[in-house]
Amino acid sequence: MTKQYTPGTHPDLPPPTRTRGPIAWMRLNLFSSPLNALLTILSVWLLWLIVPGIMEWIALDSIWTASDRKDCWAQMNEPRDGACWAFIKSSFQLFLFGWYPEDLRWRPMLCFLLFLIAVVGILKDDLPGKRYWLWYAVAFPFIATWLLIGGFGLTPVPTTKFGGILLTLIVGIASLSFSLPIGILLALGRRSKLPALRTVCVLFIEFIRGVPLITLLFVASTMLMYFLPPGSTFDILMRVLIMVTLFASAYIAEVVRGGLQGLSSGQYEAADSLGLNYWRAHQLIILPQALKISIPGIINTFIGAFKDSTLVIIIGMMDILGLGRARLNDPEWLGLAPELYIFVSLFFFICCFSMARYSLSLEKRLATEHKQ
Amino acid sequence: MRLKTTLTSAALALALAVTSGVQAGTLEDVQARGVLRCVVSTGIAGFAAPNASGVWEGFDIDFCRATAAAVLGDANKIEAVTSTGKTRFTRLNAGEGDVLWRNTTITFSRDVGVKLRFHGVNYYDGQGFMVKKDLGISSATELDGASVCIQTGTTTELNLADYFASNGMSYEAVTIETNDEARQNYEAGRCDVYTTDASGLASTRSALPDPDAHMVLPEIISKEPLGPATRHGDDQWSDIITWVLNATITAEELGVTSANVDSLAGKTGVSDHPEIRRLLGVDGSQGSELGLANDWAYQIIKQVGNYGEIFERNIGVNTPLGIARGYNALWTDGGLQYSPPFR
Repeated sequence: MTKQYTPGTHPDLPPPTRTRGPIAWMRLNLFSSPLNALLTILSVWLLWLIVPGIMEWIALDSIWTASDRKDCWAQMNEPRDGACWAFIKSSFQLFLFGWYPEDLRWRPMLCFLLFLIAVVGILKDDLPGKRYWLWYAVAFPFIATWLLIGGFGLTPVPTTKFGGILLTLIVGIASLSFSLPIGILLALGRRSKLPALRTVCVLFIEFIRGVPLITLLFVASTMLMYFLPPGSTFDILMRVLIMVTLFASAYIAEVVRGGLQGLSSGQYEAADSLGLNYWRAHQLIILPQALKISIPGIINTFIGAFKDSTLVIIIGMMDILGLGRARLNDPEWLGLAPELYIFVSLFFFICCFSMARYSLSLEKRLATEHKQ
Repeated sequence: MRLKTTLTSAALALALAVTSGVQAGTLEDVQARGVLRCVVSTGIAGFAAPNASGVWEGFDIDFCRATAAAVLGDANKIEAVTSTGKTRFTRLNAGEGDVLWRNTTITFSRDVGVKLRFHGVNYYDGQGFMVKKDLGISSATELDGASVCIQTGTTTELNLADYFASNGMSYEAVTIETNDEARQNYEAGRCDVYTTDASGLASTRSALPDPDAHMVLPEIISKEPLGPATRHGDDQWSDIITWVLNATITAEELGVTSANVDSLAGKTGVSDHPEIRRLLGVDGSQGSELGLANDWAYQIIKQVGNYGEIFERNIGVNTPLGIARGYNALWTDGGLQYSPPFR
């Protein structure tokens, strides 16, 4: 007996079972054609081969407490059966802070906290007192320098004591945050109508871009000393920071120039017609739009520059990679290179991935134009 | 015109500063600073590496500590200036370090071309071969047709080619980039033989899951004398480094150790041996002639130890590296370590 409905009173029926639920999803996404089915089966088979082994090595069979490598391997069924994370654990503090004095390590930690606050301050639009947050972000590098190096009431810490993740973050954050303003100025200079300024900017950008970072670092570490009178020690970290910043800013300049050129000339003419002078026009109309276009490129350059900072190894500075490689030579822990490199990769992945995510969220937030 | 004069005088002042900078005594600089800065490597197993808490340890570091004990009276007052193979000499020559204790082979071009002073040999190294024991080989002359793991772009490559050619043998090179990569290739059986400096072979072997299944062949096919270096132009400082090394060797030869030095130097007893008395500053004024305290060698041996103690502590047979003294035994034991007398 079928129930009769008057028109308009029939309740919504669920869709047919074959078009929803996990089975439908799999049919649609994994087995939509014979070729796709084959590829799916092949991928699952490959994962089946690889993943359990890796998981066993990284997690299930790994050793977290051991006095040295011999002890570590003795705890396994067979040497190399699992990862020996005890090696990373044994010198984790060293990897974090390098040789920063132990009783003063609250200073880099406070610095990191202040850095996070500054980042949040810049990222969030809806915070009260936006202006003060920006001032704080501008002041942060100076506060951080004071906290890290000391002086003016704090115990001075020579930069030779910096190492590990601390050093990597210092080189990374300092060079990134200074290279953006310098890069913007260079990009504007390159498009300037003043011939002298333009020439200088073009020469600078092309020179820096035409030279490998390694070469610049070697200049920083060796040649600068020959130009300065002996005895006048110009801090090696400072020299390296300057070089890495200049290097990154040349690339940023080109990315920003791309953004500037991406704007239609109507925008420039509109700014002119409003009677704005050069700086006001750029501040209010040109740069906000140009920078928005350049975000993916800028973040791309940032990520590249951050990873390039590991090149400071070759001039003997102990960033996280350099320090880790030095620790590989501890006679007690010889032969644990995979563990170390996985740890370092994880650190860089976390940093670079968060930058990438940030860039995406920024793009979404600033997407004001109408989607086509 | 005035600008020109200013520039000229500035250049002159700079030139003067340069000359005076070189003339200034490294010894006075170090003592005024209170810390000895040693140019060391960024990590070579057994020779220099930071331990879990970041303190640098190793054979080269101990010689740096010995120098600090002699110059400052405290072996812990050192600072490690890390340098790679490419930057070590510039960092020394630019004055960023006072002395280089960094696993550095003494060669003509470095001594003369780079303008360094070398002060004797603290480790006689040389290129060797490591093989699996179950190959049943006991000499490198039986390696005909073997596949050899070798680091690219190093002198070891040339030495290897020369050695095999001069013995009428052939080999198949498996080129690799780093020591770790070499170990993995060797372990996976992609090569029968791994060749590099003997000290490197020892650390590679100790990092294998079963070190006893592998052996270093007795043949050493190249000369790699490693020693400390200083800048040109400071003879007093050069003398100090020379005799710091000699003091450790002489102490071993005379049987002076960190354990018995107190009973020989007049602290809890005194030696009758005239050279021991001179070495430890009981007699004579050798310390002050060097510009140091008269008990400089006593401080070295008390705080760091003699050559044999330094060797055994860092790279000797009871360490993970397990290197035998070999060429680095005293001349009285058939080795090459030989110090001029303290007379």
